[in-house]
Order: sequence, then C-alpha cells, then structure tokens
Amino acid sequence: MELKSEKFENIFSGKNHLLSIYITAGYPKLNDTVPTLIALEKCGIDFVEIGMPYSDPMADGTTIQQSSEKAIKNGMTLKILFAQLTEARKHVSIPFVYMGYLNQLMQFGLEKFCIECNKAEIDALIIPDLPMDVYEKEYKELFDRYKLGLSFLISPQSGEKRIKQADRLSFPFIYQVSSNSITGAKSEIKDSQKDYFKRIDKMNLDKPKMIGFGISNRETYNQAIERAQGAIIGSAFIKAVTEPGILEENIERFVKTIR
Amino acid sequence: MSYAVDEKGFYGEFGGAFIPEMLYPNVEELRTKYLEISSQPEFIKEFNDLLRYYVGRPTPLYFAKNLSLKYNTKIYLKREDLNHTGAHKVNNTIGQILLAERMGKKRIIAETGAGQHGVATATVCALKGLQCIVYMGEVDIARQAPNVARMKMLGAEVRPAKSGSKTLKDATNEAIRDWIGNPEDTFYIIGSVVGPHPYPDMVARFQSVISEEIKKQLQDQIGREYPEYLLACVGGGSNAAGTFYHYLDDLRVQLFMAEAAGHGVDTDKSAATSILGTSGIIHGSRTLLMQTEDGQIIEPHSISAGLDYPGIGPLHAHLLKMGRAKSFPITDKEAVDASFMLSRIEGIIPALESAHALSILEKYTFSKDEVVVINLSGRGDKDLDTYMQYLDKY
Repeated sequence: MELKSEKFENIFSGKNHLLSIYITAGYPKLNDTVPTLIALEKCGIDFVEIGMPYSDPMADGTTIQQSSEKAIKNGMTLKILFAQLTEARKHVSIPFVYMGYLNQLMQFGLEKFCIECNKAEIDALIIPDLPMDVYEKEYKELFDRYKLGLSFLISPQSGEKRIKQADRLSFPFIYQVSSNSITGAKSEIKDSQKDYFKRIDKMNLDKPKMIGFGISNRETYNQAIERAQGAIIGSAFIKAVTEPGILEENIERFVKTIR
Repeated sequence: MSYAVDEKGFYGEFGGAFIPEMLYPNVEELRTKYLEISSQPEFIKEFNDLLRYYVGRPTPLYFAKNLSLKYNTKIYLKREDLNHTGAHKVNNTIGQILLAERMGKKRIIAETGAGQHGVATATVCALKGLQCIVYMGEVDIARQAPNVARMKMLGAEVRPAKSGSKTLKDATNEAIRDWIGNPEDTFYIIGSVVGPHPYPDMVARFQSVISEEIKKQLQDQIGREYPEYLLACVGGGSNAAGTFYHYLDDLRVQLFMAEAAGHGVDTDKSAATSILGTSGIIHGSRTLLMQTEDGQIIEPHSISAGLDYPGIGPLHAHLLKMGRAKSFPITDKEAVDASFMLSRIEGIIPALESAHALSILEKYTFSKDEVVVINLSGRGDKDLDTYMQYLDKY
C-alpha cells in the first residue's frame, strides 16, 4: 500500500529547509507537553518529534536519558500522552512524529496504539529498536492499515543495501544519524561526517532525508541542511527548556539561535 | 522437537535482535562470523587448551554423599566453583576473547552486576593483552568493592553507570551505548545468554562445555550419561543454559531452574521473572521481563547480585513456555539457609546464586534412586560480607 500524507508532501515539496525539534513528552513538567507544542508551531518549526520517555533508552545520551527519567517520575504514561496530544491538536496543526521504543507499544497493545495515534492525528512513527525485516514481516500491514508510516534510521556504518532498504520502507522520511553515536549535542560537524553527508546525498534516494543526532546550533544545522532536506535537534533543545525561566520564552529564544 | 535457535535468532516467539540501526553492523558482523570462526580446528584447540590448563577444566562432578543422605536421593554437584576466577563465567569470556582476537578487535567492553563477569573479562583481557573497559552500576560498585579491586588489579578500567537505577541493566545500557560509539575496533563481551542474537546462542555454546562434561562424567560414574534432573539458578541464565545444553532434547531429563524471589513473589522486592514478567523487549531481545503496565522496565531485587536482572534469556523463556523446564522461586532467606546447610554438611561454601539452585531440594521431593545434578555455578568468597551478617543465626 502506498502511504500518503498531504501535510508532509507540502512541507517537503517547499523550497525551504526543514527544522524539526525533538521533545521529551511530560518534560520538564508533566503538563508542559501541550504548551511546548503550541510554542514550537508559533516559532515556525516544521514538524515535531515527540519522544515518549522510556526507562532504558538504548540509543540516547545523557541529556535525553535524564529528561526521560524526570518525565517518568512526573507520571508520564502513553495514556496521558495521547490525551495531551488530542488536546494539543485543538491548537496545533504541524505534523507530529511519535518516537518511542518498541517495548512500550507491545505493552500498550499494538492495534490500540495505532487507534490512539489516529485519534491524536500522529502522522508518522520512529521506533529505533524495531528492525526493518521484523517490521516488514510482523508490523507493516497493521501500521499501513492505520496509515502510519515509519522513518527508519541509517548511520555512517550502514551499507548500501541497508540504506536502499531504509529508503524503500521509510515514510515520510529517512532519519539520517549524523555519526556513530548516541543522541547528544555536539558543537561541530567533523570532516568525516561531511563526507558521509555527501556520500548519502549523492545516492539520490527517493525519500527525503532528515539529519539528526549531534545537531545543536546554527552552525551544525546549516552544515546538515547542505546535504539533506532538514535537520532534527533534540538534546540541545532539552537543555534549553531545562533552564530556569518561562517555558515559551526559553523555546522562542532557542529557536531564534538556530534560524 | 528441537530447542535450538532458528536462523533468524529466535527460540519460538522469543529472541531476535531488536536493536537500533547504529548497532546493526556490529551485531551482523558477529552473527556472520561466530559460527565460522568458533568451528575452526585451531580455535577449538586453543579454546580447549585454555579451558584445561588455564581454567582448570574439567571441573569435578562430585557425588555429595552427605547431601544425598539428607535429601534421600542421589545428588551430584557440578563444581563450576572450582574454575579459575571462581565461577562458570570464564568459560564464556575465554570463547569470546578468542573470537574478538580473530576479528581483529583491540578494545573490549563488558557489563557486570556482581562483578564476576567483569573479573572474568578483565582476566582474559590481561591474558591476551587487550584493553578492557567494564561498565558497572554505581550502586553495584559500592556494594561489590572486592571485585572492583580485582578488575583494577587485572588492568581493567571500571566505568560507573550512572543512569536509571545504576545497577546491572543500566551497566548493560551503557555498554551498548559505548558499542554504538565505537563500532570498528570494539568487541562487546556479554556475560549471559541475553542481548540480541547471536549472543544468547553464542554464550550458550561456550557454556555448553558444562553439560558436555556432565555427560561423560555420569557415564564414568554411574554407567549412564543422563540424570533424572538438572538443577541450576537463572538470572540471565548462562550457567543454566550450559548445564541444560546437551540435554535439551533428551526428555528423560527434567530441567529445573531456580529464580530469585527476593523477599517473595508477592512483594515488590523480587527478581522472579518467569512469574512476575511479561513478554517484551530488553537489551535487544524479545523475552520475559519485569515491567510496569506502561512498559517501563522495573528494577528487580535479589540478595544475589548475579540474579538481580529484570529479564531472562530467550532460550529459558521458550523452555518455560513449552513446558520443557520448570521454575522454582527461591527467597533470599531460603538461599542463605541453603548456603549454610551446604557449608556445614559438605564443607563447600557456595555463591549466593548457586545456593538458589540448592534450595530446590527443599521444594521438591526426589526419589531415592533418582540422580540429581546441581550446577554449583560459583564459590561463596565474594559473598562473605553478606554471609557474615548471618553467622550468629546458624
């Protein structure tokens, strides 16, 4: 089945490079999810990656781990997340991409998860520990039925065959991990990373690429978008909303430092 | 029916490799090479030689006369506690270090809970002159000081895991994160039959020397190569996997696993995964694990740091689901009872982990002529601090 999303088609067909922000749901305070989403749309963010906090986030660095621990302590659950997103949808129209680990979906119930995603108008999913072959065999049919696309990750170590498989299976975009690394803000993009960005860009993949992990400021963002349709910032944003002060002001100040 | 792993790395519905793409090349490299390399004659020769001359294998299969009299059955103890470094863990680290060496890896990482696997890894790294980094939860570092000192003396760097509950599961997360960041020169030596495929199968194969020896030793001692029962404790499950391995398809043999019930399975301080766990994913493997309704992994409790793990190997989850193995929850107190009992009647101080397996003798009545083999997976030296607190009670 061919997945379609008008929202994503519109943003990816525009001329501008995209900026996406990763948020940890329920952080810094449990009820900050909705105001965060409203503020991000107001600041002109193109879409939001909404991270469901997990006790054992294998691919995440210290910043996202700590924000996740705090959010879980705050009482964050999938049920609350879906309620928050349904509420947010009254005010926010940019696409929502759900990011979470597979175990949480299994416990919640896969079909129930899909139904709730539809209700909250979640547009796509990132499940970093769901391998492509298992997805194709066991999950794709169900997710397709609820029109939920998955964005798969590629890394500098991914072989050409893997990258093409990710290109074929991903919707709406390919998540290009910027280095051999877990998530976490880095201040610069190395030459070897630039070579990798160029190598992938020259493959002329069908799906748009969003570069993430280690994108933290205007400089790294600008370097990423030279070779991709956009970039995703996570840890640096989490740090910004951890600062004391008014949430909306912290968000606006941070986004202005990027573009 | 066969209980072997299938080519995708599954034991029935359990197992697999649920890992982020950044780990895929590392795990795939290992998957395509582990069988090929470990079946080469020169590998087998070095593995066997090291087990014999360095580790001290074969370990004795000891007919425990006093214990047999007490429980009115025929009890044999497989003395893995007599291995170099004090437990079965070294069988696996020898195998994996030989693999690492042949794959050209220069940097070794490992996770450890009680420190036994960390010590066994530091030992083989010293032997092979390879850099060794052991991740250990900050909480465990504080409560297992002697093993931390042993690792350091062997030249390893012990890195504290400060995330989550700061224990074994978090040390494992940290080791995985390290591997993501160092995909080319680093080999991750996992200490149990857990983690993504091929680890559960690979570790079980290296530990299977235990059941291979039991077969020969029983043949020599009782004239038949199988017992009626095999008993072993299960945290992740590596010593049980090694004890059961050559008997998995032999239905004459019943497989009993002792799990750590902690304060009891009806309390919130337990590690009895087969009773309290549900199907999910932990450390890249689909298996039984202890978790909240919302899929957050729960920190377990056991007096024995080696059984203090919220999951169980996928092979064991499958054996339980198919009814091939039976699980016995053993409380902290019952395990300490068994430790003192064995010490006093056989002159052997067992590790707290192994004491859980001994406790099954109190829970199940074996017949007089039946043969029961118990894997005494480790020695009790590392647990003396705990045992000292109970000296006046026994």
